[in-house]
Amino acid sequence: MTDSALPTLRRIDVVSDAARARVRARYRAETRFQAYGLVAIGLTALFIAVVLADIVVKGLPAFTQHRLLLDITIDAAEIDPRQTRDPAVIRAGDFAALTRNALRAIFPDVRDRTGRRQLDGILSSGAPDPLRERVVANPALVGQTVSVPVLLSDDADLYFKGGGTAIERHPGRGIATPGGTSGEVTVLSSSNDFAAELVTIKQSLSVKARGLRQESDRVRDIVRRIETRKAALERALAAAPSSTSVQEELAGVTKEIESLSQRFKDLDGEAAALQARFDAPGAAEPLDETVPSVLVAINGGLIKITELSNASVKGRVLLPLESAAEAKPGSWHIVTYMTPEANRRVNDREVSWLERLWELGVVENVFNWAFFTSGDSREPELAGIRGALVGSALTLLVTLFLCLPIGVAAAVYLEEFAPKNRLTEIIEVNINNLAAVPSIVFGLLGLAMFLNFFGLPRSAPLVGGLVLALLVLPTIIIAARAAFKAVPPSIKEAALGVGASHQQAIFHHVLPLAMPGIMTGTIIGMAHALGETAPLLMIGMVAFIVEVPSGITDAATVLPVQIYLWSDLPEIAFQAKTAAAIMVLLVFLFVMNGAAIFLRKRFERRW
Amino acid sequence: MDAMADVELSPPLREPVADAHVTSIAAAHIKMVARNVNVFYADKHALKDVSVDIPERSVTAFIGPSGCGKSTFLRCINRMNDTIPIARVTGRIEIEGQDIYDPALDVVQLRARVGMVFQKPNPFPKSVYENIAYGPRIHGLARGKAELDEIVVTSLKRAGLFEEVKDRMDDSGTGLSGGQQQRLCIARAIAVNPEIILMDEPCSALDPIATARIEELIDELRENFTIIIVTHSMQQAARVSQRTAFFHLGVLVESGPTEKIFTNPDDRRTQDYITGRFG
Repeated sequence: MTDSALPTLRRIDVVSDAARARVRARYRAETRFQAYGLVAIGLTALFIAVVLADIVVKGLPAFTQHRLLLDITIDAAEIDPRQTRDPAVIRAGDFAALTRNALRAIFPDVRDRTGRRQLDGILSSGAPDPLRERVVANPALVGQTVSVPVLLSDDADLYFKGGGTAIERHPGRGIATPGGTSGEVTVLSSSNDFAAELVTIKQSLSVKARGLRQESDRVRDIVRRIETRKAALERALAAAPSSTSVQEELAGVTKEIESLSQRFKDLDGEAAALQARFDAPGAAEPLDETVPSVLVAINGGLIKITELSNASVKGRVLLPLESAAEAKPGSWHIVTYMTPEANRRVNDREVSWLERLWELGVVENVFNWAFFTSGDSREPELAGIRGALVGSALTLLVTLFLCLPIGVAAAVYLEEFAPKNRLTEIIEVNINNLAAVPSIVFGLLGLAMFLNFFGLPRSAPLVGGLVLALLVLPTIIIAARAAFKAVPPSIKEAALGVGASHQQAIFHHVLPLAMPGIMTGTIIGMAHALGETAPLLMIGMVAFIVEVPSGITDAATVLPVQIYLWSDLPEIAFQAKTAAAIMVLLVFLFVMNGAAIFLRKRFERRW
Repeated sequence: MDAMADVELSPPLREPVADAHVTSIAAAHIKMVARNVNVFYADKHALKDVSVDIPERSVTAFIGPSGCGKSTFLRCINRMNDTIPIARVTGRIEIEGQDIYDPALDVVQLRARVGMVFQKPNPFPKSVYENIAYGPRIHGLARGKAELDEIVVTSLKRAGLFEEVKDRMDDSGTGLSGGQQQRLCIARAIAVNPEIILMDEPCSALDPIATARIEELIDELRENFTIIIVTHSMQQAARVSQRTAFFHLGVLVESGPTEKIFTNPDDRRTQDYITGRFG
């Protein structure tokens, strides 16, 4: 209809300045929006990178462990005195004595009870076990000397991983003359070699004195405040002399002032004493465990200094000297352990042994296969995640066998066979809601139903699997329904058109095409279940389980729970193990999600 | 009424066949009888009192403008409307004298006797062989692999597809071209040897060459099968069918021999439709 009475319509303005400004503003807005997106992604990536880096750095030490290569004589008298060659007899032999003796042979001068106990403590309590297995397997070794790697204790292992102390060495400038080769000795030097150390010690004294004075000032402030309160109470008492509550409070306050006054007096005294020591620069200083340790390495031995002055020191021999001859300048050293003994888990004597072992070259660093082959243990160096891995695998298997058939069948029914009535609606709503229920509620349900009512074994993968199956089921049903909905109805119509029954059409045509979506949903559900901790804690999988479970009714633990348990333990070595276990869990999850992506791509259909 | 002069028909690719033995409906054997068929989609009355006879071994075309109910009626014949929950069918449809809406009748067996080819080719995402073999397998039409192979080959040959796919029997059916896929679907339909084949606009998604091939195929197939074809194209109806039924707004306006409908229709609405006045 070409009616010229219609008004002419406006056309978009592209030439004026206002129009150009609008265009520029639009471009700016778009760039800004893109920038927001990039910043968001950048922040997320940064956080993820930081978390991963932290876990990896913390966890990598747990994948290696240090061992000593010792020459151990398999003393027949200890192991198999009557030459029976019977494995049972050999197994019962005292292999711990053999390993201890081999270490003591390297440090024959250690004779005191405490020292021997500390020396034995360098080895792990599980150190004799591999040796025992080796000799049981080959009884011909009895009587021979074999070179065997022996596991170190967690403190010694941590020491070699850098958890001990920083060590500084200076060559001595003067000629040093030791007073003896063992016990308490005095070392004289021809120049003031120890002056620097003395100054360092004095300075630390001054720092400590200052700290004490600050503490004392703080206590004085508290006393002043309480004295104000006391004055107020005294006024109140004067106004009401018979009030017993005021009298009691006054008595309490007075006592408090007394004890606090004593305290700051003590602090002041300590500070003054330290200050006096600082103010006398030449006086000898006794060294205690609160300051860095200073030692003298001379003539192949090591002397721990107990009293320090400029040109002479008194000390205790830790590693025996070869001779008491004087040492030329540069051939002896002053060694400082920077971390004070009180802040360390290994004392000076143990450090000297470990350093000597390192110098002897008998310390090796190997990959920690035991982490993957042994179960949990109270000793950090012996603890492994095999028990948790097997427990997780068994639990997930039970979960899979339960929730996959049930979930798919439920989805098929709801999608294809259920009549569209009120009951079906209620069921669908409830399934969707169940997917959002906190997981610990499923744990409570498991506790009440499976453990108390049905009496299933506590802490078993069977019960864990049942609980996790309940957790994962709504996810699988929802994913399966979505997969069914995604299959084009033309396929089903084609099948019906050829004369297939409804059931045949579903199971022969629709279900195979929905399988990739169902599999993806299942794997995601399984990955979710792998990381669930709260419901499993409720059913008792929080126990300390040492044996690797062999069936679904054995007591077991799972990987996330193992991480939780280890993170609670005090030994520092368990921190690295916790991080390492987290790495294993993450790898597990990445693999499962990778499998989901791979399966989805592989079976992706273009209808 | 020289309606032919007003209508510009493109030259048909083949001569419309005026078969001697189907000129009179009374002479032919009636395969399907429909009486007073009504279809309701919830409250919408989609099909009103449709009554028609379909003779066997011929092609009957349903024509009419969009939304007139021809596909709805077609889907009643193999009870595909059963899959639509809001659809309700009343009236009587008989095939070989048997009421197909009888509750005692197994709808699955009905659909093996009444095959369907859809507008958009929908081969199963399986191999070409599997596509054809599925129907005979589930209905137990083959006793052993050799027989099944034979059925597959015969169906493909009848559909004119065998030469093109004989080296690709294990390839996916969805990898064929559009025309090949539709012929595959026709082969799939005839593999179970139905009595009636329903075709819902089978060529609307295809190019003219593929369309021509399928029209040839339909002409060959009518020697063995009763074919009902729904089509938007009057030219196609004129080329391919022996009888035509014209639908409009849910009502069967007129049905009769194709030549009569296109040259000398009784009803004014038919006249208006074939001369292009609407639709």
